[in-house]
Amino acid sequence: MAPPPTSKPARLLIALAVLIIGLATWAFWPGTEHTIKLGLDLQGGTQVILQPKPVTEGATITEDQLNQTVAILRQRVDGLGVSEAEVTTQGSGNGAVIVVSVPGVEQDRVVELVKRTALLDFRPVWGVYGPGPVTAAGASPSPSASASGGAASPSPSASAAPSPSASPSGSASAVSTPAPATTGSPSPSPSASAEAAPLVQAKENTPEFQQRLAELDCTNPLNYTGGRPDDPALWLGTCERTGTAKYNLQPAFIKGTNVTNASAQLPQNGVGWVVSLTFDGEGAKALATASTNLTQLPECGAAGANPCNAFAIVLDGVVVSSPRFNEPILGGQAQIEGNFTAEEAKDLANVLKYGALPVTLEPVDITTVSPTVGNDQLRAGILAGLIGLGLVMIYLLFYYRALGFVAVLSLVIAALITYLSLIVLSKTIGLTLTLAGVAGAIVAIGITADSFIVYFERIRDEIREGRSLRVAVDSGWVRARRTLLAADFVSFLAAVVLYLLSVGSVRGFAFMLGLTTIIDVLVAFWFSHPIVVLLGRTQFMQRGSKLTGLDADRLGGHSLAGETQTKSKRRGASQEVSS
Amino acid sequence: MSALGNIGHRLYAGEVSIDFVGRRKTWYIVSGVILLVAILALLLRGLNLGIEFKGGAEFGVPNATCSIEQARAVAEKQTGGQAIVTQTASGTINVQTEPVTPAQSSVIAGQLGAACGVDKGEIKVQVVGPTWGSEISKKALQGLIAFLILVSIFLSIYFEWRMAVAALVALAHDLVITIGIYALTGLEVTPATVIGLLTILGYSLYDTVVVFDKVRENTKGIAGQSVMTYGEAANLAVNQTLVRSINTSIVALLPVISIIIVGAGLLGAGTLLDLAVALAVGMFAGAYSSIFIATPFLVQLKERQPEMKSLHSRVMARRKQARVVAEGDDLVGDASGAAAAGASTATKTVTTQLDSATRQQPKKQPRSKRK
Repeated sequence: MAPPPTSKPARLLIALAVLIIGLATWAFWPGTEHTIKLGLDLQGGTQVILQPKPVTEGATITEDQLNQTVAILRQRVDGLGVSEAEVTTQGSGNGAVIVVSVPGVEQDRVVELVKRTALLDFRPVWGVYGPGPVTAAGASPSPSASASGGAASPSPSASAAPSPSASPSGSASAVSTPAPATTGSPSPSPSASAEAAPLVQAKENTPEFQQRLAELDCTNPLNYTGGRPDDPALWLGTCERTGTAKYNLQPAFIKGTNVTNASAQLPQNGVGWVVSLTFDGEGAKALATASTNLTQLPECGAAGANPCNAFAIVLDGVVVSSPRFNEPILGGQAQIEGNFTAEEAKDLANVLKYGALPVTLEPVDITTVSPTVGNDQLRAGILAGLIGLGLVMIYLLFYYRALGFVAVLSLVIAALITYLSLIVLSKTIGLTLTLAGVAGAIVAIGITADSFIVYFERIRDEIREGRSLRVAVDSGWVRARRTLLAADFVSFLAAVVLYLLSVGSVRGFAFMLGLTTIIDVLVAFWFSHPIVVLLGRTQFMQRGSKLTGLDADRLGGHSLAGETQTKSKRRGASQEVSS
Repeated sequence: MSALGNIGHRLYAGEVSIDFVGRRKTWYIVSGVILLVAILALLLRGLNLGIEFKGGAEFGVPNATCSIEQARAVAEKQTGGQAIVTQTASGTINVQTEPVTPAQSSVIAGQLGAACGVDKGEIKVQVVGPTWGSEISKKALQGLIAFLILVSIFLSIYFEWRMAVAALVALAHDLVITIGIYALTGLEVTPATVIGLLTILGYSLYDTVVVFDKVRENTKGIAGQSVMTYGEAANLAVNQTLVRSINTSIVALLPVISIIIVGAGLLGAGTLLDLAVALAVGMFAGAYSSIFIATPFLVQLKERQPEMKSLHSRVMARRKQARVVAEGDDLVGDASGAAAAGASTATKTVTTQLDSATRQQPKKQPRSKRK
């Protein structure tokens, strides 16, 4: 006779238990983190929101550019050695922002780090060698002999300069480049170390320095990805940025800041793309001297050619390009030629101009929270949550009695599932809990509790209509269920839209709201309802004592004595038959 | 409590009925006045935008030993502009300045620390660029519009477009009031406030959905009888969900109020407090509007439909007739007279309903036929 939507409450409860145990196992699996990752506003640290702007006005930022920027920033932030530092993007296209979060590090350092256009300098090349490490045992004092002799050396200057100065303008002298950047990926070294070797720098080109350079493994990606700015006043031994060669470089003769402009161009009478450079006065002077000296030197790559005619463009400690001079450049303007594609030329121009970042970054929101304040905020959030939860529980117990007990248990279960989910999500998708998220969770207490209120009121309505408790529990559920799903759908919709279209703290809040809405539905379907069904079968509830919250006094009132009661019964009966 | 439970029953049975729908003019006037005040406040006083929207820097110095004036002097000397300095109950001094560069902010933080006897690292610093605010406002607005479109579609499908319109009117009502409160009180508008507003969106609609679900249930097949008008059925629905509305509002407000108390007591201004104030105001407005605005407005829309108009006149005609018969035939004739009226208007449900004059719920279909 009872409608059958939930004739098996025990199964649902078991399903819920399995879910909770599963989550708990996942959350507390030995050997993994089992705490909720806290946002910077709760644990202290610095967060910088950067707004990328396209390099050329009006252009759109591509997904590639964003990813490249994030990769470069991540590299720099990782250099801080803080394990939980994060670089993420929110949004896409020109509306995207990049969020850099570094726990426990002072604002000044983080801002300096992300704002810096990477350190760029120009160094004369002393020697070029093959990328592999030369073991200490076989190393000779002259690394050039041992390394460049190897047949494997893809000497960057080998790909021949195309022209004896094909420059269109008289003032702009040309430099040609062998740009080894696209010569293919290096074979991974079997002995690749897990850690980047320290920068090889020294005051003088000593044998000890050469020895360290010889041992440097340029086939190990960690050593050629850069990210560690070098000291321009010292000698530098480093890798080409795709790991195809190793360089011994003299102290810088021009710094990146001396470059006033760089652009990719397609000269009208030229063969391919070139990169034009303009230097400021200081740079121009240095360039004139250096180019005059360097053009006299032998070609790089030949045995014993130390120093040789090439200069290296070094970005964040790795060689980006190493053109050789065709002639002295006296006007402060230079062109780098090579077999560039349009894209390569633009990339190189961007490197020269902005230091590798394909976009300009503007810090729009910098927030630093000390660990003490963060801790206070977390405590306040938890306290507010507990007080709120406590008040709601007291109210529900007081008003709904036995049913209120179900509501309280449901809230506890919902809180438990939320907690476990947060741990699991911290582990899997790197979710961090922010203050806005805590607020979202607290607000969700009310929305979760409302599910029970809607359901309980429906049960009471059904009983008022004259149904027995057992029937009311089911038929009330059928109707409450629809209302719940519709109302929760609206909440969930709000959460999803907010999450997708917002930035910063709003996102954390929206995520929490969405998560708790799902948990709300889950708990209502898998816990509250089955429990109420089981309760409804007990003698205690069916007797309808005052403690049940469903007693006649509260529902029917005194006015409903006698005839009204019988009428209700009659109506109830007739409906039973018809169903 | 028991009294409320009892009232719950009487509301459900229609013994106690508050005429939400019939007295809509009263509620409209009340809301109209509040809305007018809100809009005037917004126009005349404007909003007190936080630094996230106008750009600037904020320094939070915990356990500061300096005076507000000292802190202000430090900040104003560095920026050359005005600084807004406040102190919370817990002893944190908050300093807001005009936009500064990150380097400047570092200097200010250092000097504030020195002046107030606090380690620089303990100071909470936020620096926001001047264009950032318009950026987040734009995003929030985009989110709002997208959400409204989606939710209108959903409500139109789940209920009908008139309910969607009524729900959105109630929503606009809540948002304007909440924003108006911010203009009136001069509370700072921060991203957390925006979060609060957006939550009210969801919450206000959630509340309205619950009431409308009952309205729909009560008015299903209503055109096929002539006992009650759409307005009366809707009014009954509001009365029937009243206890739930009150309970839900209390339960939703309890945590929010606890945030306000804890937030104000322990932290001073901050994300939690900003959010909670917006929520508290919005939830009050939301509970009010789902009862006093959404449903009456829905009834107004519905009763313009020809079916509902004819239902209205049928019901009125029938009642008039019943009164005439009753006057001539005393109370006993009530039932038969009404039955006659029922027959004359060719409806099938009248007789079963007549045994209770107080119970005006339309007959339900057998449960098996209900959705």
